[in-house]
Amino acid sequence: MSLFLIAALPFLGAVFPALLIRAGRNASASAAGLTTFLAFTGLMLHIPAVFNGEVVQARFDWLPGLGLNANFFLDGLGFLFATLILGIGLLIILYARFYLSREDPMGQFYTYLLLFQGAMVGIVLSDNILLLLVFWELTSLSSFLLIGYWKHLPEGRQGARMALAVTGSGGLAMIAGMLILGHIVGSYDLSVILQNKDLIQASPLYLPALILILLGCFTKSAQFPFHFWLPHAMAAPTPVSAYLHSATMVKAGLFLMARLWPVLAGTPEWFYIVATTGLITMLLGAVIALFKDDLKALLAFSTVSHLGLITMLLGFGTKIAAVAAVFHIINHATFKAALFMSAGIVDHEAHTRDIKRLGGLRHLMPVTFTIVLVASLSMAGIPPFNGFLSKEMMLEETVHTLWGGSHYLVPGLALIAALFSAAYSFRFIVHVFLGPKRSDYPAQPHDPGPGMWLGPAFLITLVILIGLFSAKLAGPMVAVAAGAVTGGNDLPYYSLKLWHGLTPALYMSIAAVLGGALLLKLHRPLQAAWEAAPRPEAKAIFDRLMHGLTKLAQLITDGLHNGAITRYAFVMMLFIIGISYYAYQGGTLAAATREVQNVGPIPLIAWFCLVIATGAVVAKHRQRQLSLVLIGVVGLVVSMGFNYLSAPDLALTQLSVEVVTMVLLLLALNFMPKESPIKAPNWVRARDGAIAVIGGLGASALIYALMLRDFAMPSISEYHLANSYKGGGGTNVVNVILVDFRGYDTFGEIIVLGIAALVIFALTEAVLGTRVRAYLLNRKPDMPQAGDAHPMMMVVATRVMMPLALMVAAYIFFRGHNLPGGGFIAGLIAAIALLMQYMASGFTWASERQRVFYHGIIGSGVLIAAATGLGAWFNDMPFLTSDYGYLYWPPLEKFEWATAALFDLGVFLAVVGAVLLALESLARFAWQPGMSTEHAMDINPARDDAPQQNSDEV
Amino acid sequence: MNHFLIAPVVLPALVAPFIIMVVRHHLDLTRIFSLACSVVLVAVSLVQAAQAADGSVQVYELGAWPAPFGIVLVLDRLSALMVLLTSVLALVVNLYVVGSGWDKRGANFHALFQFQLMGIQGAFLTGDAFNLFVFFEVLLIASYGLMIHAGGTRRFQAGVQYVVYNLLGSTLFLFALGTLYSVTGTLNMADLAVRVAELPAEDTALLRVGAVMLLLVFAIKAAVIPLHFWLPASYANAPLPIAALFAIMTKVGAYAILRMYTLVFGPDLAITAGLSGAWLLPAALVTLGIGAIGILGSYRIGRLVAFGAITSMGTLLTAIALFTPEGTSAALYYLLHSTLATAFLFLVVDLVSERQGIEIVAKKPMPQSGLIASLFFAGAIAMAGMPPLSGFLGKLLVLDAARESSHAWWIWTVVLLGSLVSILGLARAGSLLFWKSHAMAAEGSDDASQGGEQRSQEDLAEDAARNRAALPFVACFALLAGLVLLTAFAGPATKYAAATAEQLYDPQIYIDAVLGGASK
Repeated sequence: MSLFLIAALPFLGAVFPALLIRAGRNASASAAGLTTFLAFTGLMLHIPAVFNGEVVQARFDWLPGLGLNANFFLDGLGFLFATLILGIGLLIILYARFYLSREDPMGQFYTYLLLFQGAMVGIVLSDNILLLLVFWELTSLSSFLLIGYWKHLPEGRQGARMALAVTGSGGLAMIAGMLILGHIVGSYDLSVILQNKDLIQASPLYLPALILILLGCFTKSAQFPFHFWLPHAMAAPTPVSAYLHSATMVKAGLFLMARLWPVLAGTPEWFYIVATTGLITMLLGAVIALFKDDLKALLAFSTVSHLGLITMLLGFGTKIAAVAAVFHIINHATFKAALFMSAGIVDHEAHTRDIKRLGGLRHLMPVTFTIVLVASLSMAGIPPFNGFLSKEMMLEETVHTLWGGSHYLVPGLALIAALFSAAYSFRFIVHVFLGPKRSDYPAQPHDPGPGMWLGPAFLITLVILIGLFSAKLAGPMVAVAAGAVTGGNDLPYYSLKLWHGLTPALYMSIAAVLGGALLLKLHRPLQAAWEAAPRPEAKAIFDRLMHGLTKLAQLITDGLHNGAITRYAFVMMLFIIGISYYAYQGGTLAAATREVQNVGPIPLIAWFCLVIATGAVVAKHRQRQLSLVLIGVVGLVVSMGFNYLSAPDLALTQLSVEVVTMVLLLLALNFMPKESPIKAPNWVRARDGAIAVIGGLGASALIYALMLRDFAMPSISEYHLANSYKGGGGTNVVNVILVDFRGYDTFGEIIVLGIAALVIFALTEAVLGTRVRAYLLNRKPDMPQAGDAHPMMMVVATRVMMPLALMVAAYIFFRGHNLPGGGFIAGLIAAIALLMQYMASGFTWASERQRVFYHGIIGSGVLIAAATGLGAWFNDMPFLTSDYGYLYWPPLEKFEWATAALFDLGVFLAVVGAVLLALESLARFAWQPGMSTEHAMDINPARDDAPQQNSDEV
Repeated sequence: MNHFLIAPVVLPALVAPFIIMVVRHHLDLTRIFSLACSVVLVAVSLVQAAQAADGSVQVYELGAWPAPFGIVLVLDRLSALMVLLTSVLALVVNLYVVGSGWDKRGANFHALFQFQLMGIQGAFLTGDAFNLFVFFEVLLIASYGLMIHAGGTRRFQAGVQYVVYNLLGSTLFLFALGTLYSVTGTLNMADLAVRVAELPAEDTALLRVGAVMLLLVFAIKAAVIPLHFWLPASYANAPLPIAALFAIMTKVGAYAILRMYTLVFGPDLAITAGLSGAWLLPAALVTLGIGAIGILGSYRIGRLVAFGAITSMGTLLTAIALFTPEGTSAALYYLLHSTLATAFLFLVVDLVSERQGIEIVAKKPMPQSGLIASLFFAGAIAMAGMPPLSGFLGKLLVLDAARESSHAWWIWTVVLLGSLVSILGLARAGSLLFWKSHAMAAEGSDDASQGGEQRSQEDLAEDAARNRAALPFVACFALLAGLVLLTAFAGPATKYAAATAEQLYDPQIYIDAVLGGASK
């Protein structure tokens, strides 16, 4: 079976359990089991090739640009791990079917489990370290889901997050490490990397790469000081603990160390980092395990200890130690998974896994007892079980290991660890199963159905058989796997057998067993001493750290983003000014090319007006209406300035825009307090003032510098001047630019105007839909209202002016192409003509006489402009291509037609619609019941009925 | 003449006024036209992407005025990619909005939505600096409207800040353009490129000021710290599906930086040397860091994703700020990913907030908790850049591209630590929202019944109808599918990105296409 399929099967199969759970729990479990079985069978088909020393490969270019390819290969090491993963996976699936209760969402469980299984298989089959990283992180994620599977348990949630934090950060370090490793070699393919030992170890980047990769391995394999997450991951359901946290996932780190052993091992750095960490972990785990009353915690720390043992062996860097490591990986997987499942059985049946509350289960649960007995003795290193074999190999290796010049340090500490290891193994047997039967179990314990004990029973059969017939049964496997680890077939001589003669290791084994038994005897006082001794509680430290980090993050985030727009603006201005000044500093300023002109008296007066008005706005900005008037002065002077500088179009536009904005702003101010309060403290105002002054000076300096210089190259405007009439059919270049050369910009801008009006409308709708409406209805005007809201003089004047104003608008519109004017200005004038009617006779009266809705006017404006542009397509010309010509209609004189006029009509309509929609929306805030009147003015002598006063009206 | 080129701008510009003129009182018709427009846009963008894939640069001279005197639209690989991304995202968001009924909660939604698209597409397609400003205005003003859609005090408050901040940005844009025009006398980007390259060496100070101000404008849009202050509050308080659409808005800034600083102010140009390199990279890294811290420090889900958006902009700009073809290629792949991922997560948290509010606290399990939790998990993976989704690949590409940089260690450290902090923050939020809720349910089942009674039957019926709506989930899964496809077809995608980067770093192709080779 293709390696792709083996790696993909668990992922593909992961869909089914979650779906099939509706067809029952057996269907769900079978789907999971079948998938795993298929993958397992596929793997077994490769046995001949693997045991012939061949390497099975499958390659697919996924992301060749990066060197991340879906390349898989299967050698002895990969085969060993894949067998463990899929084989134990099968047993776990069977076990979990009976372990989980009816309330547990089983479909989800199997789905997560298969996802995890796929990720694990992916890791061990990857021939590309980036691909391996993908699967590596996937195991962290799926284990996060599995640990947190019992969502309602706080331990589960916290354990999941802790595991994710630790293994996730290790994974991130490993990303960096792998990228460096790939960089050194020039390829991310393992098969290439493994050929380049010298290149890697000679590289100055060897040590950083090593440390970063090891961080990933150590966190994953729960090595000191990252071991603390593993016991907390035990909050997961027991099948998960047995599978992920003893047999497979925690071995991923070991796998990777073994995988990269040929190129990374053998240096002093490797030895001191890896072997030392392993040794400490082994010792620490074993000691703590003895004092844990929770069965799963005991097993968890024992796992930590055994992982340390294997790490240490890999760290020794000798080939024979690597053989021992591989052998112990097999053995540990068998007995530890069996023990976890047994612990789960005890918990499941007795409803507790607290050793203090157990004891005497031997007769109540004979099957379980047998399983635990064999597995524990193997763990303790008692012959003839398999644990004895590899443990003895380990002890033998420690004797030959020199640490910092000392012959005794490593074997001594290893012996102590072995001693504690024997002690906690015995404790599992003695304190749980031996002793008198008790009467206070939370539930009456009995052996479970075969569904639960078959799996562990199978495993302990292996424990016994490997122990007895090690060379035949495990020998070939160990040989190919160790061969893959050491990167060659030239393994040193070793033999897997029970009796090696009277070696130091044997004495150490005997000492460990005897010492272990003694320790168990002394357990009670030792435990008391242990409880009394101060020791760091990893969970508490981690929780405090996480809590502190979260709080700190909140502090930074809220402190930075405190919602004060003045501060945001201050920072922005400061940054802009600073960077701009920096940019200016880096260049050279050419000499000015223009003379400063003399100023005549009239412009000077206007300039003073402008400065004074601007200063007054700053001084009086808290009085809103006054500052509005002053801004009007500024606008007026600016318009005059435009006119003076020969830009009549701009002047006209500015003037009409001023009028419209003033009206709209006045309307808006009506609903706001007349003065803005001072809210910021003085230093903030001083700060903001300072930055405003600096920014203003900077902008002035920039503009001044620009005005004193000609274009460095001929400007495009010369073309516009030359082609305005020839190409655009108009002599007013400004208008031709607006409707033709850059008609697309204008098209965009009228849409901006239209959108603005739509937004104002939507805003009004949104506001009036809330409690604000009630507030507005009950609002008492804060200033006295005019007694005569709609005076006759004004009504009459505006009526008279309306046709005149519209005529002016039409005139401005049509002359626009050749003389100052155009659709935009005309639109504003027409809008003002209509605005005046609203002002004179009131919003309600005017809108009752409104025939066309402003939304439609905006829409038609944009559509007409767009349609004009599209018309060019019929001539196969680009959007907005204009055309013009001349008509000779007697008796009229020859006159010009231009499509630009149609476009300008669109502009005109959009402007009118936008202004009036904005006005209408704002005016709706002032609406009060009883405003409706059929009369255009309050006092009308021509009317029959008595004059009435509507003093409340706006 | 390929009129197709302007279709992404003209189409929404026709549909939006049509909607407000003719069908604005008919919700169903509005939806039909709006959705149809979105579908056609996707089709048009696909054709454009196919046209641009061969590496040709197409030019559309508006009004038949020759460049540089009129306005041109330019379609190259980069703009085609951005247009396509926008169209796809818009269609998905549109589906979500229609399905969840968000469009009913305020006036003129679909018209503003289409105008918004027009603005974004116009900005991607234009080859004229001033026209870029115009389309920035279009997209900004439409976004003001969409941001405050459906109203509410908090939304209005954030909206005011959004408007004020962006008005400052627009003003700066005008200053920048005025300066550039005053020095060079042109606005066409290709022409600018030619003229800037020929500028005399003793006359650089003013051009540099203009160039850097332009960069700052785009940096504001791209939410680079310390110019990002507009983003957190406005994204977090906008209707969340709109925030999903806004995922593309920050990319407009990134796009503009990429465009202007490869075409006009290229990395090899002596005049503008040091303008971008000196501060953009450190600022991008700080952005990444502050964003990640914000993810961990957020107590509302909208805010959390908003900071996620900032984080991804930090990563994106880190890659862009390298200004190498490799960096840009990585940036483009990451850009695709981060747009989809941010939008996806915004949609998912809208599902959450519609059911149980915006605070990240444990409440009783929401309806469809399992499904939403899975979606959130996927979104969090994408956002944090974990495998198996494209974020991981994007991150690897960025790290790989940063290798030659003199700041490589900084980049690696910040990107990886940023990921870690993001993971912690997202895990915290997910655990509270989806896991702890089950503990709450197990403890206090009494509260549930009491809480239920306070609500009227109509409210409950409406809630139930909303919860049953399938379209929002379709939209979420569509984005997820996009991420999966981006992962599976990472090879072709990165190839396109690399080709795009190559095109960008050979600006002569663009210049020749626009100016007809006359510049040589």
